[in-house]
Amino acid sequence: MNSNAPSSSSGATGSADSSGPRRNSKRPKYSRFTQQELPACKPILTPRWVISAFMLVSIVFIPIGLASLFASRDVVEIIDRYETDCIPQALRNDKVKYIQGPEDKTCNRTLRVPKHMKQPIYVYYQLDNFYQNHRRYVKSRSDKQLKDPKSENDVSSCKPEDTTPGSNQIVPCGLIAWSMFNDTYSFSRNSEQLPLNKKGISWKSDRQHKFGKKVFPKNFQNGTLIGGAHLNSSIPLSEQEDLIVWMRTAALPTFRKLYGKIEVDLQANEIIQVQLKNYYNTYSFNGKKKLVLSTTSWLGGKNDFIGIAYLSVGGLCFVLAMAFTIIYLVKPRRLGDPSYLSWNRNP
Amino acid sequence: MRGGMGKGIHFSKLYTFSCFRSKFEDEHGQLGQRGYSRIVFCNDPDNPEAVQLKYRGNYVSTTKYTALNFIPKSLFEQFRRVANLYFLVVACVSFSPLAPYTAVSVLAPLLMVIGATMAKEGVEDWRRRKQDIEANNRKVEVYGKNHVFNETRWKNLRVGDLVKIYKDEYFPADLLLLSSSYEDGICYVETMNLDGETNLKLKHALDETASLRDVRSFQNFKSTIKCEDPNEHLYSFVGTLYYGGQHHPLSLQQILLRDSKLRNTDYIYGVVVFTGHDTKVMQNATDPPSKRSRIERRMDKIIYILFSTLILISLTGSMFFGVDTKNDIRGGELKRWYLRPDKTTVFFDPKRASLAAFFHFLTGLMLYGYLIPISLYVSIEVVKVLQSIFINQDRDMYYEETDKPARARTSDLNEELGQVDTILSDKTGTLTCNSMEFVKCSIAGVAYGRGMTEVERALAKRKRSRPHEVTDSSSDLPECNDHVVDSGKPVKGFNFRDERVTNGNWVNEPHSDLIQKFFRVLAICHTAIPDVRKESGEISYEAESPDEAAFVIAARELGFEFFERTQTSISLHELDHESGRKVNRSYTLLHVLEFSSARKRMSVIVKNAENQLLLLCKGADSVMFERLSKDGRLFLAKTMDHLNKYAEAGLRTLVVAYRELSEQEYKSWEEEFLPAKTSVSAARDALIDAACDKIERDLILLGVTAVEDKLQKGVPECIDKLSKAGIKIWVLTGDKMETAINIGHACSLLTKGMKQIVITLDSPDISDLEKQGDKEAIQKASRESIAKQIGEAKAQIIARKESSVTFGLIIDGMSLDFALTKSLESSFLEVAVNCASVICCRSSPKQKARVTKLVKVGTGKTTLAIGDGANDVGMLQEADIGVGISGVEGMQAVMSSDFAIAQFRFLERLLLVHGHWCYRRITMMICYFFYKNITFGFTLFWFEAHASFSGQPAYNDWYMSFYNVFFTSLPVIALGVFDQDVSARLCLKHPLLYQEGVQNILFTWHRILSWMLNGVISSMIIFFFITNSIVNQAFRRDGHLVDYEVLGVTMYTCVVWAVNCQMALSINYFTWIQHFFIWGSIAFWYTFLVIYGALPLKVSTTAYQVFVEACAPSPFYWLATLLVVVSTLLPYFAYRSFQTRFKPMYHDIIQRRRSEGSEAEVSAELPVRVKEKIDHLKERLKHRES
Repeated sequence: MNSNAPSSSSGATGSADSSGPRRNSKRPKYSRFTQQELPACKPILTPRWVISAFMLVSIVFIPIGLASLFASRDVVEIIDRYETDCIPQALRNDKVKYIQGPEDKTCNRTLRVPKHMKQPIYVYYQLDNFYQNHRRYVKSRSDKQLKDPKSENDVSSCKPEDTTPGSNQIVPCGLIAWSMFNDTYSFSRNSEQLPLNKKGISWKSDRQHKFGKKVFPKNFQNGTLIGGAHLNSSIPLSEQEDLIVWMRTAALPTFRKLYGKIEVDLQANEIIQVQLKNYYNTYSFNGKKKLVLSTTSWLGGKNDFIGIAYLSVGGLCFVLAMAFTIIYLVKPRRLGDPSYLSWNRNP
Repeated sequence: MRGGMGKGIHFSKLYTFSCFRSKFEDEHGQLGQRGYSRIVFCNDPDNPEAVQLKYRGNYVSTTKYTALNFIPKSLFEQFRRVANLYFLVVACVSFSPLAPYTAVSVLAPLLMVIGATMAKEGVEDWRRRKQDIEANNRKVEVYGKNHVFNETRWKNLRVGDLVKIYKDEYFPADLLLLSSSYEDGICYVETMNLDGETNLKLKHALDETASLRDVRSFQNFKSTIKCEDPNEHLYSFVGTLYYGGQHHPLSLQQILLRDSKLRNTDYIYGVVVFTGHDTKVMQNATDPPSKRSRIERRMDKIIYILFSTLILISLTGSMFFGVDTKNDIRGGELKRWYLRPDKTTVFFDPKRASLAAFFHFLTGLMLYGYLIPISLYVSIEVVKVLQSIFINQDRDMYYEETDKPARARTSDLNEELGQVDTILSDKTGTLTCNSMEFVKCSIAGVAYGRGMTEVERALAKRKRSRPHEVTDSSSDLPECNDHVVDSGKPVKGFNFRDERVTNGNWVNEPHSDLIQKFFRVLAICHTAIPDVRKESGEISYEAESPDEAAFVIAARELGFEFFERTQTSISLHELDHESGRKVNRSYTLLHVLEFSSARKRMSVIVKNAENQLLLLCKGADSVMFERLSKDGRLFLAKTMDHLNKYAEAGLRTLVVAYRELSEQEYKSWEEEFLPAKTSVSAARDALIDAACDKIERDLILLGVTAVEDKLQKGVPECIDKLSKAGIKIWVLTGDKMETAINIGHACSLLTKGMKQIVITLDSPDISDLEKQGDKEAIQKASRESIAKQIGEAKAQIIARKESSVTFGLIIDGMSLDFALTKSLESSFLEVAVNCASVICCRSSPKQKARVTKLVKVGTGKTTLAIGDGANDVGMLQEADIGVGISGVEGMQAVMSSDFAIAQFRFLERLLLVHGHWCYRRITMMICYFFYKNITFGFTLFWFEAHASFSGQPAYNDWYMSFYNVFFTSLPVIALGVFDQDVSARLCLKHPLLYQEGVQNILFTWHRILSWMLNGVISSMIIFFFITNSIVNQAFRRDGHLVDYEVLGVTMYTCVVWAVNCQMALSINYFTWIQHFFIWGSIAFWYTFLVIYGALPLKVSTTAYQVFVEACAPSPFYWLATLLVVVSTLLPYFAYRSFQTRFKPMYHDIIQRRRSEGSEAEVSAELPVRVKEKIDHLKERLKHRES
């Protein structure tokens, strides 16, 4: 390496200063931008940097992980899978036949509260193996029709649930509305009915802007094949919250949807009686049905995953930080170790 | 040639009258046949027959497009790219129900990308159009019906028009020269635009038409030209002129080509023969070969890989989809009844599941199309254009003397600059200044001239110091044009210092008569043309070669001022050595026996005022010494000694001699010479040579001239730096072997410790054979000799492989011819590649191109050719990168180059800094591009896997289409334009860093695939962490759940964050621009979410209010984002940490040295800066004194 490497560069700039601006010179004008000399920070991975980055991540992540884990532990959740239990023992060989049959579908379930549950207690139903995110399904709706009574005829995207056999437009049209979930639950404690609040279970924007206040169900579930729930045709869509919740399609084939809220506290070891009507056919596609009662924490529902994930990433970073520290302490390498500075000339 | 005995004899008569007559029939027999059917009615373009021929007008258009075809043609150009075509097909199909998203959302980005590229094309074409308009509207004088010359525009010229062209004007079309301001119808033409040669060429009108010099004489001028059809041969023309009831044959001598310039002639008259696109220069205009960089070629392969991946995952998806769909009805029972499989369309029909699967495959191709970055090409183009602006703007590559900055003439090859393995360099004008300086001479056995040459100094230096410390000499090497002359002002081309000769002192030297003769030869024996400036009386010269100019200047400076050349005479202002006064002396010029590479000499035959006939001759020593007479060898031994010394010092030498002719001798010779001169057969040259040979004998030696071809400033340092960077340098030159070797030494290409391998045919056996003249035997012997020499060289190299001896290969042109034959090619290449430097001397332009091709194809590595002259054009076009030196030798090399720089030394910065940066930027950018698109595309795929592969995209249509355009594209462009791993100073300080590009270690398959794998991992982390952490339970305090819309937003947020942070991690250079783009992109995503979500439901569909209402208030959303982003960055960060610790790349080490050792470095550098400052001050002081 010689010492006059930048001679050409500094020589040129130097002489420019002396000669001053020349007329019509093609000399590029100087700016730090065009000469690519903008002030810049040039981060590089020095051991100190690496270790502190890893440490920082672990310092941030481990407390978050712990906090979310505690939050998740605070949540009390009761899950009751009932799709098989709610079919009489004798009919379990052909569940599809049972569910499509005219029998009484009432089913009584008993839930024990494991811990004190503070209100509000959210009631969910959980379906499994139900592809609400199927392309055919997702597209089978008409947002115009849902919102605007004048757009009743806008059913082209709803096939085959667009019109009744008599060519009357169905409101709300489409597969989503047609296949609406129709199991019902009612809760009682010590043979005293627990009030279930079904208001406010949908998104506010949905109620106000997606579903019209003047749109009423029409010709709904009049076809030969009955899909799911029936709708009260005297209530406008914007108030049919079960429909609104159902129409907001789920992301994955296993999903929960909000059914209602119980707005009283439940004490530990209390017994809750659930009377449910098992109408909905998940048996054709082997789907599970679950009833979920859950409180929420500041974070939301019960989920240990995020806490564990935070802890493990934080832990991993801690281990890496330690490993680097040890490497650095045991075998510190001088920067620009000359042994690195050779280049394999003939690869 | 420029003969003429007295008044009566017309020079041109000697030349043309009998010239073609005898051969006329067979030479021009083809006229009228195919390819020779053009008929021009001179001065009669309105002739009905002429109108019928419908020759093209003189309107010229060099644009690629016209207003009409711009849209279709440029669209066609665009869709020749596979990726663009794919996106077009996707856009078309997306109007069908197959599409997973709306058609507009895929069309919009495509239109943007195509529109941007088309706009660029349009602007470029507009520039060309402006040039055309300028050319088409130039003025020219045309002979009109009113029998006067009227001004008109170039574009209005028609075939047959009679035009008048004035001095220093360009010819508007290919013209037939009728007459000129000179009596005998000659004119001078400069053809720089055609072949880059700056010397003047002589054209002659036919004797019959030369008298048409008066406007009135054209009133009745009518004639017909029959000639060849338009073709691209610049050096041939076949035609006849029917005039005055006779056919006169025409040759190239009468044709003036468009784009050449009239010089030294007041005006000419001519007839338009070819117009517009029929002209030879336009016929010659071929598109330069389009070059594509290695990186781009590999990028295509990656695109193919991505296409295969795309097809593969679509196939997987459609298989699963087919199975799922088929199972929807089993045994007449509806399984997923909510999809109504009983009443469905063909796309979801369980009964036709395979067809549905096929259609789904097409849907999949569209959906996963995000794997292929739509904006990649356009981004790369934008980046490259910006990069070349930086190259153009670099002040360190600006050359003050000629006011020329560096020019990137194409932006396609920027990154290729970082991968150059071999540089093939021209010598003259590239390594050297191409300004010849007369420095020494030896007259009558006495050496004159005291100056030290550059090479001598370098040699002396080398003798004194150790061989490797060449670079320190920089301060001693003065700048090219920095003439230090003892007294008086510096004269360009003259650096002769010897008080014995200057200021007329030569009169007192012992052989003053010989000295006088010597300088007379220099003043008379040349083809230069003087140009007297009227105001100052100063004389400058236009010469064919800079050597010649140096001679004439030297003669002028020493009192033999050549000031006038007419057709028949040469006049000098001469210092009379008796009276000491200036007298005019005129020499009648009888013949010029021109220089050719075969003859290696030129002579003139003149008659002086005393009626003595003299033959003055100068030429190469190899041919001259054997032509000396017995009496003329008086000083031979001493002169030869001087000559060798001069050659050693790297000077170009010529031997000067003369002889006196007797009248009779001359007459008899002329009788022989004239027929030879005027014959037109193929043997003409041979006949002339033979004739010349007869008279150029029995010469009397006068002395030797020595001209220095100065090295450019900084060349040795630059070459040293480049070879430290591991770049091999080959010099291809037309020079003599000795000169080439000397230059090689001077510019540190050859070092003392180097073992030189010389391959040459200059051996006694071969020359013996040559004397016998048996061509076949020579061929055979030569081939064998070369094969043997190459074999020996190979053995030598193998034998010394272990030791650290480096080799230098020197080969001459003749040998090269044999070495480049099929059988020897590969072994020659093997030898050459194993040598540290290679010098090919005496090589022709064609050989240069062939060598370039051999290296390019043979080694498969990137080659860079650098040259300045028209003879380098082939080499520049053949090489992967052509760099033109915008020097003195015309613009030809620059016009066919990819990059133009003013000085060789700028190559160092161009390669080591810009090349390295561009290579790094482009490779990083491409890798990153694939990373970001794979990350995005694969999240779609994972979602598909959870949506029964039905083709439902995970995101809103517009999120997807804006991904490549807004949320991720600007940071990557900033990376491509601004990123620097190390600063320019460190790039130059550590030239080895350049090897990263040569060995292509930033773009190995390993690296590319690692980035892709990183993309897949990132996508997995994003999808699975998100789905596991936020789906399935309330994600907010109010018990709301994540649905399709929220999941989309959350995942997309993570993708945008992850991809942009990955960028932030992988770049090394954060200016405010990077910060602005990276964090701006992320901020823009949130802004977009808010604005888009606030639009009416009809527009925003599934994005309506999602962010504001659902996501933003949820702690889970933010926590999940943080978790996912950090997790996606971990693999890369950990990998890099380990890599920089255990297996650091070269730039890592330099970076670390910079940051940690900054203190040590500063102290080491300070003296350098101080020294520079002092140097600079010294320089200024010198300026002020002078």
